[in-house]
Parts: sequence; structure tokens; C-alpha cells
Amino acid sequence: MDEHQEEQHFQEKIDQEIKIEPRDWMPEAYRKTLVRQISQHAHSEIVGMLPEGNWITRAPSLKRKAVLLAKVQDEAGHGLYLYSAAETLGVSRETMINDLHSGKAKYSSIFNYPTLTWADIGAIGWLVDGAAILNQVMLCRSSYGPYARAMVRICKEESFHQRQGFESLMVLSRGTDAQKAMCQDAINRWWWPSLMMFGPKDSESTHSDQSTKWKIKRKSNDQLRQEFVDMIAEQVKILGMTLPDPALKWNESRRQYDFGEIDWEEFWNVVKGNGPCNKQRLEARNKAHENGEWVREAALAYARKKAERQKSKAA
Amino acid sequence: MTTRKFYYGDIPEDAGTGVPDPVGRATSINTGKQGNKNIRTENTVGVSADKKDWPLWEVFIRSKQGLDHKHMGSLHAADAEMAIENARDVYTRRMEGVSIWVVESRYIHASNPDDAESFYEPANDKVYRHPTFYELPDELKHM
Repeated sequence: MDEHQEEQHFQEKIDQEIKIEPRDWMPEAYRKTLVRQISQHAHSEIVGMLPEGNWITRAPSLKRKAVLLAKVQDEAGHGLYLYSAAETLGVSRETMINDLHSGKAKYSSIFNYPTLTWADIGAIGWLVDGAAILNQVMLCRSSYGPYARAMVRICKEESFHQRQGFESLMVLSRGTDAQKAMCQDAINRWWWPSLMMFGPKDSESTHSDQSTKWKIKRKSNDQLRQEFVDMIAEQVKILGMTLPDPALKWNESRRQYDFGEIDWEEFWNVVKGNGPCNKQRLEARNKAHENGEWVREAALAYARKKAERQKSKAA
Repeated sequence: MTTRKFYYGDIPEDAGTGVPDPVGRATSINTGKQGNKNIRTENTVGVSADKKDWPLWEVFIRSKQGLDHKHMGSLHAADAEMAIENARDVYTRRMEGVSIWVVESRYIHASNPDDAESFYEPANDKVYRHPTFYELPDELKHM
């Protein structure tokens, strides 16, 4: 088959909902797009541990500490599922990690915001993980097999993240005036960055969306963002709190919520690396990697020595 | 100013500059070969042998109710013992399994998807191997 036939065959498979597997023929651009998307997603899970890790030692009870530890451990696991999915496309783990640490690769901007109070941990679970889940549920049906399978596992685990977050905010929302104020303050600060997680508006995209044609993703940014707003606008009522958007209003004719405009200047600013914590996050990642170097080397040396010993014993 | 769409987990490398990038360049892939001929094990383990990267392992897990081990994914580890411990931490945080197999990825041999048509051809015309091939009267029970 020539390149054109291969590509046709590839698109037919996708149209028939047949998953693409690592050794199948794929267009170079498909592979590149996936490597970029999956590795950025993996980086987001790994960097995402930092803002929450900040509160492990300060969680208000042993129960909350155990829950938060489990959640952060899950994020590490999700990062690893995704890194290995990306590796099936021929990129090495080392390359991906180096790209993250050098600042060449991106991760979700949401993790460049600071976690100032305990209520932020609840807000992250509810809003940030809630937004991520909408994306990830869609990605469970992604055309690339290893990515879709990793996403199925992640979605199963992610549900606990969102629920524990909401529950934690619920406790605060029924607490003292100070706790209520802390809860509302966290929602106020995390609401807009959470909406930004879905990316620029559809109307700003001038390119035909190749990723949709390839079924790497199946819903547009605006579609997912609207789903998110509709979901959260109802859930916030249970907390007795409000969302910081005066334009937020149920639109009876659309049967959806109208909402205000995102501060796109802030959005691009954080993407470009000028968010409140961009520098701090990368420094923390680099430091952890450097400090772990001797451990990685020692483990490898130990494994080699053990293998040598076994060999000489067998001889 | 135009911008390309991006999603959570998919930010174009040039995000923010406003220059559309049709395919994305955020990758530096350590392979000179075409994607279709790539076997992961050739790429990663081959490279790892002399470098500081730990080798790649494939993980298979049997759940309590499960009858067989199922492929769960892969991970890096310095040796088999560490691979099993890492597999426990990465793939069984919620009691998903009672037995773990690990095998270094470079020892996995796989059939070639390009040959699928001819490779599986022998079974293709043997519908009589399925019970539904045989038409039997409705009165016949328990069969």
C-alpha cells in the first residue's frame, strides 16, 4: 500500500470506531499530536500533585490527611499510566521528563495557581477534577487504544477525587462563619481558572479540527465548558454558596446557563509561563528529579550486581 | 490574531504566540523510523541498556474473580522485584489483583498487524465451528 492508501485505510478504521494500536500504521501527524497531548496530560498529573501535596502535612484531621495522600498517590499513578501510553508511540520516558523540566513541554495551567487555604483542596477536587473528568470521559473513547484504556482506568479513580472534594466543602459550608467564608473564597478563586481549563473558544480556532476527525477527541472546548457550567451551577446550590459571575443565569430558551466572559489575557499570560506559580512548580519538579538521581543510579547498580551474581552462580 | 484550539492535556508548544501550528512540534522522538514499523520495545529498552533509564516492563494482573492474567500496562523498574512492587503501587491501589506477572518488554514478541489478513485467513471460512451454524427445530430444548 502506498502512503495515500494507508491513510485512507487508517481513516476508515477510525470512522468504523476501530481502535488504533501501537504497531498499526498511522500518519506521522497523528502520532505527533498524540505524543504531545498524552505527555502534556501526564505532566499535568505529575505537576498536579504539587499544589495538593502542599496541604498533606496540614490537613485538619487524620482522615483528611489519609484521603489527600490517597488522592495525590492516584495522580502519580495517572501520570504513570499516561507516560506509558505515550511511550507506545516511540517517545522515551527520559525525553518526556526532560521536556517538562526544561520548560519545553506544557502542562495544564490550572496547576500554576496557589493553594492558599484548606478549602482550596476541596475546591480543587470539586471544580478542577470535575472539569478534568468531563475531558477524560470524552477521552475514554479516543481512537488510540492505549490512551483510551489509560483513560478508562483514570476515570474510575477520578470519581472519588471529585466526591471527596465536594464533601470536604460541604463540611465547611455547614461550619462556622469563618469556615463558610473560607469555602466561598476558595470557590471564588478557583472558578475562573477552572473554566479556563477547557481552552480557548471554538470561534478562535481557524483550523479545521483534525483531532476531531481522527477522533482523538470528540467534543469542542465550548461544548465541554458549557456542560461544566450547567453541572456546577446546580451543584453550588447544595453548598449554599455562589459562583463569582454576575452574568451567570439560566437561559430558558437554550435550556442552558449563560455565563460571563473569561479573562483571556490572564489565560494566555499563565500559558506563557507568567502565572503565579509557574516558576515554583518547575523548580520543585527539577529539584525532586535531581535529588532522586542517586537513588535511580543505586537501584540500577544493585540490579546489575544481582544479575551478575546470579550469572556467576549459574556458571 | 488566530489561535489553535487546545485542550486540557493538549497545549500546543507555541501556545500564546498566536501562530497556528497545524501539527504541533512539541515532540522530540527518539526514533528515526516510521511509526508503523515501531515496536515500543525496540525504542525504549534498546536505548535504555547503557543509559540511566530503567528498563520497561509489561504488567499482567489477575483479579480475585478473574480467570486469567490481563495486560494492565507498563512501567519502568531496575529489576523484576522492583517491577512487581511498582506494579502493586501503580496498578493495584484498590485491590484490583491477587497475582502479578511482569516481563521485560523486550521479551514480548507480537504478531504483525500488517499481516493480519493473511495470518488469520485460515479461520475465516470455517463458520461451522460456531454453534449458530446449525439450524435446529425450536421444539428442541436444552441444547
